[in-house]
Amino acid sequence: MAAESDFAAVPIRLTVNGVQHEAVVEPRTLLVYFLREHLGLTGAHVGCDTSQCGACTIQLNGRAVKSCTILAVQANGTEITTVEGLAREGVLHPVQEGFHEKHGLQCGYCTPGMIMTAVSLLEANPNPTEEEIRHGLEGNLCRCTGYVNIVESIRWAAEKMGGKNVSR
Amino acid sequence: MFPASFGYVAAHSVEEALQLLTEHGEGAKLLAGGHSLIPAMKLRLSSPRTLIDLRTVTGLRGVRMDGNTLMIGALTVHTDVASAELVRKHLPGLADAASVIGDVQVRNRGTIGGSVAHADPGADFPVILTALNASFVLQSTSGNRTVGADDFFIDFYTTAMKPNEVLTEIRVPLPSSGTGTAYVKLPHPASGYVVVSVGALITRQPSGLCALARIALGGLGGSPIRAVASETELQGKPLTPEVIAAAAAKAAEETDPEGDTYASAEYKRHVATVYARRAIEAAVKRAVG
Repeated sequence: MAAESDFAAVPIRLTVNGVQHEAVVEPRTLLVYFLREHLGLTGAHVGCDTSQCGACTIQLNGRAVKSCTILAVQANGTEITTVEGLAREGVLHPVQEGFHEKHGLQCGYCTPGMIMTAVSLLEANPNPTEEEIRHGLEGNLCRCTGYVNIVESIRWAAEKMGGKNVSR
Repeated sequence: MFPASFGYVAAHSVEEALQLLTEHGEGAKLLAGGHSLIPAMKLRLSSPRTLIDLRTVTGLRGVRMDGNTLMIGALTVHTDVASAELVRKHLPGLADAASVIGDVQVRNRGTIGGSVAHADPGADFPVILTALNASFVLQSTSGNRTVGADDFFIDFYTTAMKPNEVLTEIRVPLPSSGTGTAYVKLPHPASGYVVVSVGALITRQPSGLCALARIALGGLGGSPIRAVASETELQGKPLTPEVIAAAAAKAAEETDPEGDTYASAEYKRHVATVYARRAIEAAVKRAVG
């Protein structure tokens, strides 16, 4: 048996939704569990847990990633945005508003991941075609199969944002 | 799902990573983007005692040109390979492959070095890099060595890398003018991994004859397989649809794939001939100038 000290907990420091956090984590702690259980940010969901479904999608240093396939220790020194960090002073992000306006959710399980991927998609491509939206969502699964309204929600958001890259 | 317990240490240079590899011995694994390793650890298919994180090593990211060689840092993520201007301009076949790996989020995190070192038989990079005659720079405490793709990929999850080596760079020779490259893939509809894929590099002489053909097949064995019969068939011939079709028909000749629940061996061999034609046609279309 390995000695406990071989698997020593590791100190990390990271910024989540603009707030700096310090913690000491077991190396095997996955980022999504760190966010949910240590920081209480339960917006990122654990769906398939195998990097297929995208329910755990967050932004890490500005890029959409699957937080079930990243170790919390790998996020040391990074900046993270979760779905909780999108609204500003009670005002929803246009993508969140779009999902509300166009009924882009049924059970809601995939929604935070869909929204985070869509936010990244619109940052890279502010005026996507339907095909580009669908392609951009390849890493997010909706088991209610509500893709039609999800795509409409994102189109709505793109129009609301005026086809501009709105960095928030 | 959690991985089994392990120790974690971040390396800040290749030298430090090599030292840590020596220190921690056989139970240590190098961690890049972790998009092959972490899933394997969660399934307990892999249970390293120590992870040596390369994320904090500087100088292993990005795409640059050195003379006639494209140098890709091992920690460059797929998204950045796919969008690099140098790649898109000179080796569009590599951009093809980089942009069909996994999904957007996976491409934002997975690295070319990790994919190559992991050598999954369903991965995309090994196939196109074999077609492009890439080579891999392996650093150890005794220096650097460079291994060509034909010798690097040995079998399922097996490469020529030794346990005390770090893959630092992927080198892709720039093809001569008149060369086109392409990569086409039949993905598994659920996993996105390769069922069958084909990478092609075709050089067309001003006369219209084929000066060079390198064609690699994925999904038909433990590692990429060169479609030697197809390459020979194209050599020195005019690149007409008939010649391409005849060459592509021979693509699966020297393969003996395993069938599985999704695709029988016969189906894979057939798809290889169809996708070989598509890859050659796409490469020929790009072979201008």
